[in-house]
Amino acid sequence: MQPKRSLEELEAIAKQIRRHIVEMTGAAKSGHPGGSLSSVEILVTLFFGGVLRHDPARPDWPERDRFILSKGHGAPALYAVLAECGYAAAPRDRLKTLRKLGSPYQGHPDKRFLPVLETSTGSLGQGLSVAMGMGFAARLNGSPSRTYVLLGDGEIQEGQIWEAAMFGAFHKIDNVAAIVDYNKMQLDGFIKDIMELEPLVAKWQAFGWHTIELDGHSIPALQAAFAQAAAVRGKPTVIIAHTVKGKGVSFMENNPKFHGVAPTPEEVELALKELA
Amino acid sequence: MALRTRFELKMGMATREAFGRALVELGRENPNVMAVDADLSKSTFTHLFAKEFPERFVSCGIAEANMVGVAAGLAGHGKIPFAASFSCFLLNKAFEQLRVTVAYPNANVKIVGTHSGISIGEDGPSQMSVEEISLACSLPGFVVLAPADEVATRALVRAAAAHVGPVFIRTGRPKAPVVYPPEQEFEIGRAIEVLEGSDLTIIANGLMVAEAIRAAELLEGEGVSARVLDMHTVKPLDREAVRRAAAETGAIVVAEEHLVDSGTGVRVAQAVVELQPCPMEFVGIQNTYAESGPPEALLEKYGLTAPHIAAAARKALARKRGR
Repeated sequence: MQPKRSLEELEAIAKQIRRHIVEMTGAAKSGHPGGSLSSVEILVTLFFGGVLRHDPARPDWPERDRFILSKGHGAPALYAVLAECGYAAAPRDRLKTLRKLGSPYQGHPDKRFLPVLETSTGSLGQGLSVAMGMGFAARLNGSPSRTYVLLGDGEIQEGQIWEAAMFGAFHKIDNVAAIVDYNKMQLDGFIKDIMELEPLVAKWQAFGWHTIELDGHSIPALQAAFAQAAAVRGKPTVIIAHTVKGKGVSFMENNPKFHGVAPTPEEVELALKELA
Repeated sequence: MALRTRFELKMGMATREAFGRALVELGRENPNVMAVDADLSKSTFTHLFAKEFPERFVSCGIAEANMVGVAAGLAGHGKIPFAASFSCFLLNKAFEQLRVTVAYPNANVKIVGTHSGISIGEDGPSQMSVEEISLACSLPGFVVLAPADEVATRALVRAAAAHVGPVFIRTGRPKAPVVYPPEQEFEIGRAIEVLEGSDLTIIANGLMVAEAIRAAELLEGEGVSARVLDMHTVKPLDREAVRRAAAETGAIVVAEEHLVDSGTGVRVAQAVVELQPCPMEFVGIQNTYAESGPPEALLEKYGLTAPHIAAAARKALARKRGR
């Protein structure tokens, strides 16, 4: 299990993850830095902040909590987190092989190359359904295992998300928490210009979910929200996490260009200075 | 001359019903076996499982995409989920989910399609599945099974549960003639020689195995000895049985209740071309959708009965003999 860490320690880890993301995507010359950077505090809170019950020394522990990166293009953030956790399957010194032939760090999460993943993702809209099945089975098994699933905001335009949302409320899957990385942008531009999601909280409430809205870069707020979600009975929880795409690197913040474009060597250098 | 092939093809239960009953049996033996359904449990016969094991039955509503993802999640906690619906809805509506959340991470999910082929009858083409063998076979790692009767279905459902990895089982709506004795053994990937024969081989699966037997009887009356192979596993294909058929009988007819240019026939042809080229003919649904009507009339109209198979056999035989 993970040691208890102070807020300062968690924020330092978040900064380290951001450096990895910039270096990895820079080295790969492709990838999705914007949506990786927006999800950093969410992932750090889960994996290092005492939320996810996991043990890097025992990745097959049956009662571990599950995490699914449904927004698979945010893979660099997850890879950096798994490497920093110390999973043997996710070596830190290979992070810069992102997107290279034979790398554990494939362009989108691929369980064949990185067996500690709970599933493979990359085609949007599917992770919430898998999480629902995991929640259903864990309850049936009498297992304390909880499942966390990170959704992109653009991703929830997919209809399957709402099939899964109906399923979760109907079957009272209260051991699953979904997080929406609400950075307000998708590949082609701003969500509001492509396919508006608002009123987003009301939508999830209408589907029967417990909702929490917060600043997705506030680790204490995220910790409190995950604690609240774990106490909710009879319905699943969704955390609407307001985030900033490209968070932490001034010229990437709120810049749709960095949805799917890697930083140049010069931009990597500039970004690392900001993240020093 | 007495017909050596004379089979008493008594009518048995539909293969979908045999699936539902086999699933209940499995449920009694293994607490990890689960049923997942999308508002068709009375048609897929998973309602039998739901009645006996309500806590292990997962109702998904009319949402096949989510259903397949849920099944993958169940497998992630060690369950053996059987997700069932009409073949056309499962393979077409949830193909993307079968690809990304089942085949790609190699999830231990069993997919059972009922109401396959055109023999569903009156409901018509929107409910008929004529392309799912092609779709299922295009998923790497998938085992694809098409049982002929209730005996085969029971055995292959059990084999699917024992197999670790994704499996698709194709079952049908109408009652199916019983081809096998109750004690017949089945192994995934091993074709069964239902009838011995030396002049040519008819390879079939599903409902077409019974038609192939009837065709062999017609041919025997003409002095032609037809071997009948039940290719109940389309993937992985029993290439050795195909090679032997080509080498020993020198002509092959493949008969299937599926689009003829994308099902079992083309996969057998690939093996024949690679291993032992010989004349081949193909019986299946041509480049079209069928229509509403009684199952028997549909099978006749769309060329899927014993006389059509026998006619294809005569053509293959003529080519073999250079006529």
